[in-house]
Amino acid sequence: MGGPEQAIQVTDLHKRFGSLEVLKGISLTARQGDVIAIIGGSGSGKSTFLRCINLLELPTAGTVSVHGETIEMKSDGHGGLIPANRRQVQRIRSRLAMVFQSFNLWQHMTVLQNVIEAPVHVLGVPKDQAIATAEALLKRVGLFEKRDVYPAFLSGGQQQRAAIARALAVQPLAMLFDEPTSALDPELVGEVLSVIGDLAREKRTMLLVTHEMKFAREVSNHVVFLHNGLIEEQGPPDEIFGAPKSERLKKFISSIH
Amino acid sequence: MSDSLTAPTAVPAGPRGRSLFEPHRLFLMAIFAGLVFCIVWFMRWDWLPQYGTKLVYGVIETLIMLFATAIVGFLLAVPIGLVQVTGPKPLSWLALTFCTIIRGTPLLLQLWMLYYGLGSLFAQYPEIRQSFLWPYLRQAWPYGFTALMISFAAYEGEVMRGAFKGVPRGELEAAAAYGMSPFKLFWRIWLPRAIHRALPTLNGETVLQLKATPLIATITIVDVYGVISRVRQDTYLTYEPLLLLALIYLCLTGLLIYGFRLLENRIPTRGA
Repeated sequence: MGGPEQAIQVTDLHKRFGSLEVLKGISLTARQGDVIAIIGGSGSGKSTFLRCINLLELPTAGTVSVHGETIEMKSDGHGGLIPANRRQVQRIRSRLAMVFQSFNLWQHMTVLQNVIEAPVHVLGVPKDQAIATAEALLKRVGLFEKRDVYPAFLSGGQQQRAAIARALAVQPLAMLFDEPTSALDPELVGEVLSVIGDLAREKRTMLLVTHEMKFAREVSNHVVFLHNGLIEEQGPPDEIFGAPKSERLKKFISSIH
Repeated sequence: MSDSLTAPTAVPAGPRGRSLFEPHRLFLMAIFAGLVFCIVWFMRWDWLPQYGTKLVYGVIETLIMLFATAIVGFLLAVPIGLVQVTGPKPLSWLALTFCTIIRGTPLLLQLWMLYYGLGSLFAQYPEIRQSFLWPYLRQAWPYGFTALMISFAAYEGEVMRGAFKGVPRGELEAAAAYGMSPFKLFWRIWLPRAIHRALPTLNGETVLQLKATPLIATITIVDVYGVISRVRQDTYLTYEPLLLLALIYLCLTGLLIYGFRLLENRIPTRGA
């Protein structure tokens, strides 16, 4: 193979909700340092795809590997899959940090407590060490002064930055961003994108589901366009946005601008 | 930032900042003071010293019953509420049936069913009479405790069901996404979050539980209400002991509410 090691490899992923097939066989490889933007219209299955990687949604068929380790699945007896080894799933999830559209900070904890929760209680990092790391991360996302504030008292942009600090605190092998700016007021989108942009420039492995096309073009090194549960087109950002081949992608891009 | 913080606090300063000594307030205070004076001066309170110790013990008995039943009842309410949200189905139905039956019948009836029904049933079996439990089963308090505890568990089971259900799905997903085991997710996120949501309701329910405790006086347990009944029988006084009883319950309620407020304020909430 050569080149950087594989971070995430998804092979022939299918997902069905009842009679509706949302994902119809998607394969994707992210090597370390890849920033992959996943774009597509609503209902194209891009969020479902992302959520299948850390098994927040259970795929109906297909495999997911993280750092060469394949997540073991077994049949649930009704034509779907369930994890064969729950411990393995928990271990892999603990190093795949996810940033959600609606932040999903734990509201009964302060910002700092949110950030140290997974390191201390999942990864077993000593508390004082976790706090030191967390404070450094909060400084980095510009929230050090807010560390003892409860999430309900923060703006959307601040909450999402806190959620990004929470994601970084587990020293993730890869980061999954699920439309991180879609729930934000327009004037707050910039502060979050600038944080994510910095992370991308650091060559952190990330999969980014987004509607921010300009941003996707700027920070990603690979763009995947999903349509109706299939990869319609993929390639380097300049090709995807500059010279789209498929009709659907052309239409999609023109409808965005 | 500091501007936006000071602005809203300045608004309520108007009405709240008003002096305590405005004419209409002074007038109300005078009426109240007069009332207290009349109660102390014109009513009979000479029995008080004689029953002082008994009253204290009565209050302690009431508080022990309240806290013991509320704590154990709440511990039961957590699984009762949880299985109704998570399943499995049979357990969920069982919990629902339990809540429906207990909440659908008067507490006094349950208490008497236990004490007079079960209590006399137990007495018919020599095995039970000879067992080490008999010395306890002969007394009234196990029945009082059980009835109050079950009642609290049923009502709070319903409260906790709502509270568990109300915790945003996304927060639980985040916990799962960061690799928490189901047990850890429950213990670290779901339960504390649900309790926090339920605290204002639990506050009210605990006050109701306090005011349900005098029912145990009907099965010979001497709580504060029992002591006051005794006073009324001995002295043939009606209003004085009852007024005192009202005052005692009022104070206990005030303390409960204050205690819960402290708990609630540990985690500030905004909006909902």
